[in-house]
This record gives sequence, structure tokens and C-alpha cells, in this order.
Amino acid sequence: MTSNNSHFVAPIDETPLQATDAVKTDQAPLSLWADAWRKLRRRPLFIISSLLILALIVIALFPGLFTSTPPNDGCELGNSEGGPTAGHPFGFTFQGCDIYSRVIHGTQASLSVGILSVLCVLVIGVTLGALAGYYGGWVDAVLARLGDIFFALPLILGALVITQLPLFRENKSVWTVVFVISLLAWPQMARITRGAVIEVRNADFVTAAQALGVSKFKALVRHVLPNALAPIIVLATLELGVFIVAEATLSFLGIGLPQSIMSWGNDIAGAQASIRTRPEILLFPAAALSITVLSFIMLGDAVRDALDPKSRQR
Amino acid sequence: MRFTRTSKALGIVAIAALALTGCGAGGGTTEGSSDATGDPNKVITAYSNEPQNPLLPANTNEVYGGRVVELLFEGLRTYDADGKPVNALAESIDSSDAQNWTIKVKQGQKFTNGEAITAKTFVDSWNFAANSKNLQNNGFFFESIAGYEEVSAVNSEKTADGKTKTTPAPTAETMSGLAATDDSTITVKLAQPEADWSLRLGYSAFFPLPSAALADPKTFGENPVGNGPYKFEKEGAWVHDQSIALVKNADYSGPRESKNGGVTFKFYTDPGPAYTDLQSDNLDITDVLPSNALKTYETDFQDRNATKAVATNSTLNIPPYNPNFQGEAGKLRREALSYAINREEIAKVVFNGTRTPAKAFVPPVIDGFKEDLKGSEILKFDAAKAKDLWEQANKIQPYDDSKPLQIASNTDGGNKEWIDAVANGFKNNLGIQAEIQPFAKFAEVLNLRKSQQLPGLTRAGWQGDYPSLYNFLGPVWGTNASSNYEKYTNPEFDKLLKEGLAATSTEDANAKFNQAQEVLFEDLPGLPLWDQARPIVWSNNVVKAETGWNGSILYYNITAK
Amino acid sequence: MVRFILRRLLQVIPVFIGTTLLVYYMVFALPGDPIAALFGDRQPPQAVIDTLRSQYHLDEPFIVQYGLFLKNLFTFNLGNDFTGQPIAASLARVFPVTAMLAVEALAIQAIFGVAFGVFAGLRRGGWFDSTVLVASLVVIAVPTFVLGFVFQLVFGVQLGWAKPTVGANADWGSLLLPAVVLGLVSFAYVLRLTRASVSENMNADYVRTATAKGLSRPRVVLAHILRNSLIPVVTYLGANLGGLMGGAIVTEGIFNVPGVGNKLYQAVLRTEGPTIVSIVSVLVLVFVVSNLLVDLLYAWLDPRIRYDQ
Repeated sequence: MTSNNSHFVAPIDETPLQATDAVKTDQAPLSLWADAWRKLRRRPLFIISSLLILALIVIALFPGLFTSTPPNDGCELGNSEGGPTAGHPFGFTFQGCDIYSRVIHGTQASLSVGILSVLCVLVIGVTLGALAGYYGGWVDAVLARLGDIFFALPLILGALVITQLPLFRENKSVWTVVFVISLLAWPQMARITRGAVIEVRNADFVTAAQALGVSKFKALVRHVLPNALAPIIVLATLELGVFIVAEATLSFLGIGLPQSIMSWGNDIAGAQASIRTRPEILLFPAAALSITVLSFIMLGDAVRDALDPKSRQR
Repeated sequence: MRFTRTSKALGIVAIAALALTGCGAGGGTTEGSSDATGDPNKVITAYSNEPQNPLLPANTNEVYGGRVVELLFEGLRTYDADGKPVNALAESIDSSDAQNWTIKVKQGQKFTNGEAITAKTFVDSWNFAANSKNLQNNGFFFESIAGYEEVSAVNSEKTADGKTKTTPAPTAETMSGLAATDDSTITVKLAQPEADWSLRLGYSAFFPLPSAALADPKTFGENPVGNGPYKFEKEGAWVHDQSIALVKNADYSGPRESKNGGVTFKFYTDPGPAYTDLQSDNLDITDVLPSNALKTYETDFQDRNATKAVATNSTLNIPPYNPNFQGEAGKLRREALSYAINREEIAKVVFNGTRTPAKAFVPPVIDGFKEDLKGSEILKFDAAKAKDLWEQANKIQPYDDSKPLQIASNTDGGNKEWIDAVANGFKNNLGIQAEIQPFAKFAEVLNLRKSQQLPGLTRAGWQGDYPSLYNFLGPVWGTNASSNYEKYTNPEFDKLLKEGLAATSTEDANAKFNQAQEVLFEDLPGLPLWDQARPIVWSNNVVKAETGWNGSILYYNITAK
Repeated sequence: MVRFILRRLLQVIPVFIGTTLLVYYMVFALPGDPIAALFGDRQPPQAVIDTLRSQYHLDEPFIVQYGLFLKNLFTFNLGNDFTGQPIAASLARVFPVTAMLAVEALAIQAIFGVAFGVFAGLRRGGWFDSTVLVASLVVIAVPTFVLGFVFQLVFGVQLGWAKPTVGANADWGSLLLPAVVLGLVSFAYVLRLTRASVSENMNADYVRTATAKGLSRPRVVLAHILRNSLIPVVTYLGANLGGLMGGAIVTEGIFNVPGVGNKLYQAVLRTEGPTIVSIVSVLVLVFVVSNLLVDLLYAWLDPRIRYDQ
């Protein structure tokens, strides 16, 4: 029997899946970050949050573009708690300073405190937490217990002592506050990182990578950490806001930024004097703070999605 | 009673919270619905905080222990609501030369444990308090009595690290000038004549103590037994960090008889929650308002508040060791600073009228107060004059503006608001940078002041111990006086004070003291800021309440519903 | 497992020494004479100050002071605070109150944070997700001293739903309002941590497998997604328990809670070394135990995690 009805084989150039299935062996695989970037720039969440943050940075760098009212001079007690008037759209603080101008000029210090503290906490906390969780054993014992020591320090005691150091006593600046916050807040970040790393370190893909000859440390950086990023990002974005508010608490206790440095924290602490009479004075710095935190939460969300290896292009 | 650390943290708010509608002694009291006699058995709950020391009158020098001690004990005299001394256990107090005093003690008086109170009780109590080895905080109140030097003597030695250590080393057990000639007579010889000496006999340091207190002061101080209008509800009525429960002493008969059944002091570390508790009738009375309630207490507690001038003032001290404020230029600058403070406006806006602009270095409620002393015109706000004087000074010697002019203060207790306002006044009117130098701890400010290291100015305040002009001048501005931390010194001032003390009549004494104030106005070691009035508010359970001369609530006078 | 726990408990010793040494040194380094500060504007006779100073060993060098503290500790005698009250007695008063407050706050943030976080994570970008995002922003941007004040005024005074302050005789009911305020800030953390984990794990292979096996949706969510999402949440809650036990200074102040935070704050303001270090000593134990519990929970939540190596 001659077989004239052979198996149908589709011509190879007909299927559109070809492009998808092709393994481009001549091309290096996209790096994690390049891949993330490609995904990021198409996400509306990322675009909106980046624009907001960009705007905040411009305000922080060039407050003079947005208001010509000096924030700290010409406060007249006669204007105390006054409502909005021409040229003063938000009204006046307890001391009769222009609220709008203070909020604009406060951006720089507050944003610096928030971002710098978060960066410090990230660097210290993620490094130590990742090493502790990944290597375990005595490394974990030493690093985790070191964290415990700092965790047990009462905030106000730490802050009081640090601001008394000769380095900071004479010129308190944004860095003083950043130092206090970072020193006392890194153990939290370290613990979260450690927990997330412990969760990931036994995953199959880590074992596989090491079996393929990837060094133990490289496996931590390339495979474990990217998979442990979600809680770190959540913590970092929320802490940005919490740190800015923490500066308010420090100012309130008299160990924060000096009066001459405008900050939302200083304003929030100052608005306490009006809380029974004109609570809305508090709203303006608090709203600025909320917008900032919201932008960073949205950005964090978008970055996390883009970095999530589970949804990565292969 | 002076500001202790606690009163800095909390009490100062009260002090920060003073209102004055009229000036002059006893003026400007608003009262709630009156006439009702109230329920004499009801127990009142009142705002307070943990006392710092065992409750011994001669050891208690802070407000929260002081208010309990004053209810538990009765002395030879007591002060009425206007600060006038009236005899209590004393039948008479006489002196012909202001140096030798004879005090007749009422007979038949007893402590609540049944022990009789005689002249000897007082002599023993005072010798106990003055003796340096008993470490009583108020021991120096007896310094005028002959023989105080011996019983209060101390021994100072250098320690290995070069510091001095002072230890008690009395050379006598009793003061030579103090004696009980019989059961009802005390004779007192002072080291030098003092016309107003008897004024201070109502202060708690002079209260009598039962023999148990002298034997074991610490145990006694936990469960004190007194002779005042109230007594401890029971053994252990002081629950630490929580409350002290007092009930009426039915055996008491004196000028301060209680109109209610008792007072329970509830402890708060912050006046805010106490205010909230009052709004919901969980607390009956407070004399300490949160600073942000100064504008609302009159509406929150309509017909349930009273505000009365008290013997407490505030100053802004200028350390003599600050080079910017020395010499001819310094004098002009001190005046310029004073002219640049708008006391009227700050009293109105920041304190909502609970303070009145200062008119002198003593508050007007003190007997002998005089307005318009020579030099007191610098207390009036005058921006142009301030600017002018400042520029004149700069022509003599340039102002070192490398650092902003800082005003040191602890930040608790509502000080920040007025200091910010004063600093803004300096900025706007003098064209210099000025700001608060904030401290979380009162101890740090005190440390800077005691060690003469203030970079700028500092706030200071004084609450009268007893109603006398001298009490506002001597301890604060006298050379090497106990609270003269900035070390102001002027021999002329010291001389006038001494002459005032030695004067045989109160009028002569006050004239000297007022002359001494004119020296202060000339030197301006501090700028008088304002005098204080104290607002109190009460719950729906209280019919009526009022404060005394020094701002403490007259608890025995509270009538309850 | 027993060896692991024992080893961890032994690690308390270096942590304890490290922390107490550090804290004691910090107190020692604070400027200002604590005894002089007790008295304020008018000082008592110098003999009183000096006698008190030597009574509290404040005139000794730092290392002697610390040694005395350790010696006292091992003889179960914490000494007296600067008002002459035994420290042990005041710790016995404040810690139970703060423990109740911490447990209550922790329960509130755990229950609501996890529940809301799961819903938000399952429907990311939905209206529920957006609403809780805004709500958590409010909690973060408004400082506790304002939030506590508003809650106290609205729920305590105006509506009368809860006792506005705590005061003496704290019980679960009177602690409810401060517990809610305390729990709210951490609630934002718990919520967002849960949400992130849940949305990450939703697409995991085992979830697809479980769904394919025909398991009901609630069972998939509870037994698979949630359990695997809890590690960061548990870590956070464990750390937070420690923080809560350290006392919330602001919240305890607003609601007049006679707890650790209030005591600690007063002690720091007074530079009262012995009280501060005694409190911190107890806290160290709490931290180490809560960390241990968290690590044990890891192994229970994720069987791949093993400690007996």
C-alpha cells in the first residue's frame, strides 16, 4: 500500500509562535534590572508616582519657585491662627507664619530626612539581615543579637544621648536626625529581611543555582534577595512616612531639627498648640506628608511587580 | 514652694496657664454658681502627681507633695485666700525689736494620733528640720534663727577627682536662739532683726511634727500623721504612682475647716488626660491645664472655672558673662531686647489673658508692690525705640551675630509657644536671628545655667514661698543667692536688701525692697515678662472652688454636689 | 529542636550584658546632675545633694556603678529610685499594665491587618484595596499625639463609648481605646505586608495546583496562600511586640496609662539610671523570647525551614 496521505506537517514559517519559542542563543539574557526597567516604563502607576516624586524633588531643591513669602521671617503674632487671605492661601500658624510657604520650604528637610534615613536603614538592615538569614549559625547569632541590643534602646534615650555628642551638639542638622533614626530603626529592617531570606534560601531554584556552580554569595545576591524584596519594599515605603513623622516627635521633645530649619515635622509638632482651636492648621503639613508617602508606596508597588522574578520574562 | 523638676514638666503648664483679669491682690475671681452649701460628706478627686519625697513638711519642696502636706498639717499661722497671714495654732506673735520674738501657742491641740502639741513640739520639729544631718530640703528656712549656723554646719572635702564633697557635720543639736520656756511659749532670737520674719511662719517648713516623725522620718513620711484639716484615709492611703486618699479630720478646728468629706489626689504625668477626665466628670478639679486648652477652657467649662492672679512671675535672664551684653553697648542691647518684646500681645494671643504684662520684678499680688518704679518704662513695647537702641549699641561695639540669639528652655510644659513668639519679636524688631534653644530635660538647662555656659538667654520663673517682696528678690538676684545661677551681682542691691530685712516696720522694709528693684531696672540682669494667674476648672460634681494667693486650690473650701 | 532553643536562650547573656552596658553608659553620659535636677529652681543645701549622690553611687566611676547594678541584680534587689521607692515594686506595677495593652494592640493589628491585607491582596487595585490604602496613609501621616487626642475626644468624651483615660486599676475595657490607637500605626504595616505577600503568592504553582485539585476558594486562600504569606507578617508582629512592651510613650501619656512607657519617659527625663536599666533588662528578655517564638513559627509556617542542622 502506497501511502499518499502522509502526516500533515505545518510549514514552519506559518506559526506565529515561532518567535516566542525561539531561543536567541546569540544574545545575552536581559539582566534583572534591565528587564524590570522595560516593564516599569509602561506602567501608569510608575509614571504617576515618578512624576509626583519628581515634582517633590523640584520643590525641595527650588522652593523659591513656588512662593516668594519668606517662611520664617515676618511672622506676626497678630496673624496668629488667621484664616486664608490674599497671598496667604492656607492661612497662618499659631505664631502667625504663612502656612503655605512653610509647607513648601519644609519639603527639603522632610524629604531629606525620609529618604536618607530609609536609605541608611536599607543599607544596614538589608545587608546584616540578609547575611544573618542566609548563612545562619554563628553569623545569625551575632548579627541578630546585635540587632536585639539596638532594638532594646529606648528611642528618647538614644536620641538624647546622640544629640549630645560633641559632633552634633553645636550644629544639629538633618544628618543628626537621620543618624538617630537609622541607628534605632535598622534592626526592624534587618529582621524582616532575615525572615524573608530564611523563607527563600531553601527554595529549589537556589539549590539548583548552587548545583550549577553559582557561588554561595552570588546565589544570595542574584537569586535569594530578589525573591525576598516584597516585604523589604513594603517596609521601606511605609517607613519613609513614619520617619518623617518621627522627626516631628523628636522636634516635639526638643531633640529634633532646630527651629531655623523648616520641616513638616516641626510644623506638625507646632500645630499641636492649635489643635483645640484650629485643628486644620495640622492638615497642611500632614497632607504634604501623605502625598509623599503615597507616591513612594505606589512607586514601591510598581518596582516590586517589575522585579518579581515569578513573572519574569524567560 | 519652688519649681521642682516635676513642676517644670507639668506644673509649669499651670504656671504657663495663668490668667489675670484684674490686677492687685485677690482681684478678678470668677465664680460658679454659689450659695449651695454642698454635700459635706462627698469626696473630691483632684489632679496631682507622685510626690518626690516622703511626706515630711520640712522635706517637701515641690508642688505635688506640698499640697498634701499643707492639708495634713497646720502650723502657727496660715495664709488666707489673699495671702494675708492669719494665726492658726499661734495665739499671738510679738516682737518689739524685730529680733526677739515671743510666740504663744494655743493649748489643747492634738495630732490625729492623740499626741499633744505644745511649744516643745515646735522647737523639736524646727531643730530637726534645721539639722544638716537630717537632710531636710527646707532646712534653710531657719537660717535667720540664731544658732542655725551650728546645727546646719557641713564639712567640705576635696575628693580624689578634684570635686568637693559636702557632708553634714553639725556642731550643735539645737539652735541657741530657739527655746520653749513653757508649754505654751516659744521664744525666738534671730541672728539679726527681720521685720517680715513672722510672715513665713505659715510655710510648711514650720509645721509641727509628732515624735514618731523625728524618730523614723522615712517610715513616717509614707503614712504621715498630722493636725491639719485632713488625714490619711487609712494606713497605705498613698498608692505610689496612682493616688493619695485623704479624708476630713473631724477633730480639726481652725481656719481651714473642710467643707467636703475628703480629697483623693489622682496622679497624672500629663495634664491633657486630666482635662479630658474633667470633661467627662471622671475627675473633679484641676489646677493644671494643657497649654492648648487655654483658649477653650472657658467654653468647655462654662461657669465651672475660676482664674485668679497668683504670686508667680517669669523673666528672661541675660547672663552677665555674655560678651554681647556687657559694657555700655550691652546695657543698650538689654534695654533694646526689653522694648522689642510685645508683652501685651503675647499675653493676649499665646496665653489668652492668663498672664499680665509684668510691671516690676515682683507680681502685683504681693503686699508692698509698687507700680511705675524708676526704669520700669522699658517694659512697654516700642519697636522703634528698640531698633534705635540696638543700632546705637552697634556703633559702640559691633554685635557678634555669628550665631542666632538662643533662648534656652525645656520644651515640656508649654514654654515653646511663648519663646517662639518672643524670638519672632526680636527678629522682626531688631533684625537679628533668634530662636529657642530647646531641651528635652529640665536638668540640661539647669546644668548650663549652674555651670555658666548658656550660649544665649534663658527663661526663668519664681513662685513665691511666702507672700513677701523679699522672697522675689533675695533668692533670685542677691549675690551668690541660691537661685541666682547667672551670678548677677551688685553691692548696692545687696545693701538695700539687707537694710530692708533689718527694717523694723513692714513699710520701711518694702520701701527698701522697691528701691532695690530700681537697681535691677538699671542693671537689667533679667527682663520681667509677665505675672501669672492660674485658671482652674472643675467638674459637674463640684459647686464652687477657688485658689489661694500662691495659686494652689483651697481644697478645704471646695463644696461638692 | 530542644538544643536550638537552649542555645538561643543562652544567647540572652551576651545580649543582656551588651544592652545594659550600653544603656547604662548612655545614661551616664547624659549631661546634668540628676540629683540637682530633682529640686529645680531653688536648690537644697549642698549636703543634701552630695549625700544623695553618694547614696545612689552617682559619685562613683561608671564601671563601679555598672558593677553595683549587676551585683544588685543577681541578689534580686534592684534598689531604690530617686524618690526612694523600690524599683522592683514599680516594675511589678507597670509591666502587667503594658503587657495587657501590648497584647490587646497586637491582637487588634494582627486580626484586622491580616484580614484586610488578604482581601486587598486578592483584589489588587480594586475599590477595597484603594480604600484601605488611603486609610493606612491617614494613620501614617497623622502623628500619634494627634490621633490619640482625637480618638479620646470623640469616642471618650463626646460619644462616651469608652473610658477616655485609664489611670489606676487598668483593665481590658479601659485599655481598649489606647490599644486601638497603638494598633493603628502598626496595622498599616501588617496590612501592607500581608497584601504584598498574598498578591505575590497568588500566582504561585502550589496555589494553581490546589485550585486544580478542586479545593474550595476559601480553603485555598486560608490553607495555602495565607499560610505561606505570613512569614514577613509574623516577623513584623514579633518585633512589634517587643516595641509595644517597651511602652508607647506618647500613647501612654495621652491616655494616662500607668505603664512602662510613662515610667521610662519619666526615668529618662530624670536621668534615673537604675530604673532605666532595670526596665531595659526586662525588655531584653522579652525581645529574645519573642524572637525565638518567631523563629519557631517560621518552621511551623514553612516546613522547608529547619534549624537542626
